[in-house]
Amino acid sequence: MNTPLLSVRELEVNIGTVRVAAGLGFDLEAGQRLAILGRNGTGKTTLLSTLAGLRDAEAGSLVLCGESYEKLGARQAARLRGLLPQGQFDAFQSTVLETALIGRHPHLGRWAWEGRDDERLAREALAAVDLAGFGTREVHTLSGGERQRLAIAALLAQQPRLYLLDEPLAHLDLNHQIAVLDLLSRRAREDGVGIVMVLHDINLALRYADRALLLFGEGRTLEGPVAAVLTAESLMRLYGYPLREIPDGTGRHFVPA
Amino acid sequence: MPTRRRALLVILLLALLGLASLVIALAAGSLPVSVADIGSALMGDTEGVAAEVVRSLRLPRALAAFACGALLALAGALMQVLLRNPLADPYVLGISGGASVGALTAMLFGLPLLLVNGGAFAGALAATLLVFGLARGDGSWTQTRLLLTGVIVAAGCGAVVALILSIAPENKLRGMLFWLMGDLSHAASPWPALLMLALGLLAALPFSRDLNLLARGDITARALGVPVTRLRGGVYVLAALATAVAVTTTGAVGFVGLVVPHLVRLAIGNDQRVLLPAAAIAGGVLLTLADTLARTLVAPQQLPVGVLTALIGVPAFLYLLTRSPKST
Repeated sequence: MNTPLLSVRELEVNIGTVRVAAGLGFDLEAGQRLAILGRNGTGKTTLLSTLAGLRDAEAGSLVLCGESYEKLGARQAARLRGLLPQGQFDAFQSTVLETALIGRHPHLGRWAWEGRDDERLAREALAAVDLAGFGTREVHTLSGGERQRLAIAALLAQQPRLYLLDEPLAHLDLNHQIAVLDLLSRRAREDGVGIVMVLHDINLALRYADRALLLFGEGRTLEGPVAAVLTAESLMRLYGYPLREIPDGTGRHFVPA
Repeated sequence: MPTRRRALLVILLLALLGLASLVIALAAGSLPVSVADIGSALMGDTEGVAAEVVRSLRLPRALAAFACGALLALAGALMQVLLRNPLADPYVLGISGGASVGALTAMLFGLPLLLVNGGAFAGALAATLLVFGLARGDGSWTQTRLLLTGVIVAAGCGAVVALILSIAPENKLRGMLFWLMGDLSHAASPWPALLMLALGLLAALPFSRDLNLLARGDITARALGVPVTRLRGGVYVLAALATAVAVTTTGAVGFVGLVVPHLVRLAIGNDQRVLLPAAAIAGGVLLTLADTLARTLVAPQQLPVGVLTALIGVPAFLYLLTRSPKST
């Protein structure tokens, strides 16, 4: 059982003529958390949806829990990996509980309806993101941060082995940012799930990720343990803005110089 | 919490309502027939004028109205999911425009009813293919592109319809206008519409949970294992066929396809597993009752049924909309 959750080899990803990654390779083991950092428009979202198997890579191979996406098929893949897309837009009315229950879809047969277990999982997921008691609320009445937490709850209800999160902290206030990252870290530690998340906060990445992947643009990438990858030099190269490293008793912190 | 029990209950109640609407349609008219007589007329064990009227005049017309109302509501619900737009209706992609051009051209040349219907069906499919082909131009299609192409094609068809109306001889105008507003007095046979309705529901229901996800957006649906491209293609073809059959049978009845899915959604929520069959039945009920009114209100004169679908639907819709929002 030492198969990595996600195994990436020689991956090349382009958007039109823009190169996002070339020759990218890494393994994500069970329980590991990977933070993806990069400037706006470097293709973090595109890379994430490639890793989710929703977009063909130009070259290279992707192996999820020992199988290629092709072999798994969309439904089986959806039981193994979940994606939190950026931005939630609801065209139609729906309750909070119904929305959390969408995560159960890949686990249900064609004619099956959500049962007691599905409801329990959805309610637990809502409670985990501090939305207990919101079950009958209409999604349109939620605030931006509440809607984001609801999307995370739907992902929790999906119970994937690999979580792919595109800016999971968007719209969240500080205590919910920390709560969500604590929650994801606990899942990684206790259930051995893998976490890949696009973050913009270097200090949260330092604190809540084991590894980091930097997208410099034009296909250049750097991947490795956070301690090695997140340095003042690499971050200066990443963002084109100087950063100062401030060590204190517990760890390192970066602030814009 | 969506449950199968609640869904079955809703469908059962609506089915009873559907049955009631059909009985009313068979009973009402210049020759009133009692419910008991309807029963024996349908069993075929009575002779006489009343039985003949029920069997060969009212029954085909009522069934055609029910099936077409159901098809339009089903197509409307599917289009709203496909385009992720609550304002979409079966005609938004130019299907009724194409059908109108085909039917009115046939009428202009004085062709028989069969060819008018053939023209409507051919026009509907031609418009569908045109929109699909143009919107797919770059190999992929977005809702916005599809919607815009459909609206433009519909506008083009509208211009052609106006042209035909303005050059048509006086004695054909009334027939054309009734066709445009929807008219069941020429509904030839209810069977194509009933068959299409059965096929449509059979094809859509197995995928209704997938459609729930499609309504929440492409990425969400794909990430949860829904084969979005295939599903959208299938939904498009199904909605187009359903609309084409309905329009061919009754003309361009408005309002049912837009408002019935909304009515049902406001009442029972947006779970397609309940919404699709419920909207189909509700659409059938609305058109059956509207057609019954259309032929009885100012009898012996007939009103265009499209006017009545709107007159019944608008107040009902506004009432539901202004009612306090559910489950607060």
